[in-house]
Amino acid sequence: MQYLVSVIDDTAGLATSDEQAAIDVFNDQLKADGYWVFAGGLGSPSNATVVDNRGAEIVFTDGPFVESKEHLAGFWILEAPDLDVALKLAAQGSKACNRKIEVRPFL
Amino acid sequence: MSLVDVREAVTRAHHEEWARVVAALARRFGDLDVAEEAAAEAFATAVERWPADGVPPNPGAWLTTTANRKAIDRIRRESKRPDKQKQAQMLYDDDPPAPVGVIDDDRLRLIFTCCHPALAMETRVALTLRMVGGLTVPEIARAFLVQETTMGKRITRAKAKIKEAHIPYRVPSAEDLPARVSGVLAVLYLVFNEGYLATGPDTDPVRHDLTAEAIRLTRLIRALMPEDGEVAGLLALMLLTEARRPARISANGELVTLDEQDRGAWDAALITEGHRLVRERLAAAAAGVAPGRYQILAAINAVHTSARDIRDTDWSQVVALYDQLVRLDPSPIVALNRAVAVAELDGPEVALTSVDRLEDRLAAYHAYHATRADLLRRLGRSSESRAAYDQAIELAGNTAETAYLTRRRDQLG
Repeated sequence: MQYLVSVIDDTAGLATSDEQAAIDVFNDQLKADGYWVFAGGLGSPSNATVVDNRGAEIVFTDGPFVESKEHLAGFWILEAPDLDVALKLAAQGSKACNRKIEVRPFL
Repeated sequence: MSLVDVREAVTRAHHEEWARVVAALARRFGDLDVAEEAAAEAFATAVERWPADGVPPNPGAWLTTTANRKAIDRIRRESKRPDKQKQAQMLYDDDPPAPVGVIDDDRLRLIFTCCHPALAMETRVALTLRMVGGLTVPEIARAFLVQETTMGKRITRAKAKIKEAHIPYRVPSAEDLPARVSGVLAVLYLVFNEGYLATGPDTDPVRHDLTAEAIRLTRLIRALMPEDGEVAGLLALMLLTEARRPARISANGELVTLDEQDRGAWDAALITEGHRLVRERLAAAAAGVAPGRYQILAAINAVHTSARDIRDTDWSQVVALYDQLVRLDPSPIVALNRAVAVAELDGPEVALTSVDRLEDRLAAYHAYHATRADLLRRLGRSSESRAAYDQAIELAGNTAETAYLTRRRDQLG
C-alpha cells in the first residue's frame, strides 16, 4: 500500500538548515526501515506552468492551477501496510520538516 | 409459535447478534460494506423465513451462516467485474497474534476501526452505532438531529475511506491505546444514551439491549485498561444511570423523573459497584490526578444515588461538580443540566435566567423546552409553560417522555 504524504506550506520560505537536517535524518530512517519509495521538494508555486492540451491548441498559463495561501512544498511516497503506520510516519515527517502534512492513499 | 413470538425472537436476535455477525464477517471478508449488507440480508431472511420454518434453536449461528452465504454470493457476483477483483481484501490485520493479557474480541476490533482517529468524531459515532449498535440510519439521524440522507452519506463516506486508506481492523497496540480509547468512550456513551432514552415512535422507551451492550463493552475496555480513570468514570456513570432504570418508566409507559422515582426500586448492586468505582477515582483525584468529564458525571450521579430521598440530595455538591464540568466542557447541554441543579439550590427564577441564555444553541433540543416548561410551571407562568411543553412534545422522540410531558402540560391550570 502506497501513500502520498504531502507537505503543506503556508509560508513563502524554504526549509531552514535545521529543518533540512531533520528531514535528512527522517529520510535515512525511512530508507533503513523500508518505507521509502520516493521524495522530493518542490520549487515555488509561482514558478509553475499549467498546460492544457484538451482543445485545438496548447494553452500555457503562467502560475499554479490554484492560487491559495497554502501550497504543496514537497512530498514523500511511502510504502506502508496500513493507515496507522502511514499516520505515524507522517507525524514524524511533520515534526522533521516543521510543516502540516496530508496523507492520501494511492488507488 | 405465534407471529408475535417470532417477531420478538427476530428483534431479540437483532439486539444480541447484530454486532457479532458484522464483526465476524468483517474479519473474515475484510470489508465493512460486505459485512453490513450481508448481516442486514440475513436478518431480512430471518423475518421472511422464521414465521414459516420456526425460530432456529441457535438463532446466532443461523444468522452467521446465512450472512456468510450472502457475503460469498455477493463477492462472487462482484468478482465477475474485473475492477472489483483487486479490492477483494480491504481490511488488514497483519499483526501477529495479540500478546497475552490484551483482550481480543471481534467486536472490539470493529469498535476501534469505527472509532479511528482519521475519521471525524461525528462519523465515528454514526459508524459505530450502525456497525456495532445495529441502529438504522433513520434512528442514528434522529439521535443526532441531522437529515437521514446526510447521515446515510456520512456512513457511506466513512466506509469508503476505511477501505481506500487501509484503516486497519485491529485492537491498537498498548502504546496507542490511551489516545484511541477516549474516542471510543465518547461513542459508547452515546450508544448508552440512545439506549437509555431511545428515539422513535415504534421503539421501546428504554432499550436495555443498547445500555447493556454499552456497559458490556465498557467493562471490556476497563479490563483492558484498568488504570484509565475515564474508562472507570464512564463505567460508573453508566452503572449509576442504569441502576435507576427500573424506576424510570411507570406501569403505563410514562417517564418518571428523578424527584418522583421509587428509590427502593433502584438496583442496589449496580449502585454499590458504581459507588466503588467513584471512590476509586476520588482517591486518584485526591492524589493529584485531574478527573475527566466522565468521572465528574459519575460523581454527580453518585450524589443522586446516595440520597435515600430527593430531599436529602446534596444540591450544592451537585452544582459544584457541574461548575467543575463546565470548565472542562463548556457545551450548552452541560449548562442546561447545571441549571436544573441550580433550580433546586437557588430557585427556578435564577435557573430560568441561565436556561433562557441557551435559546440560540438549543432551540431544536427537546430537553431545553422541557426544562423551561418545568421552571415556568413552578413559577406559576402557566401559559408560557404550556407553549414550552408544546414545543418539547413536538421535538421529543421518546414515547415515555412524550407521555410524561403531555400529562404535565394537561395538568397545568
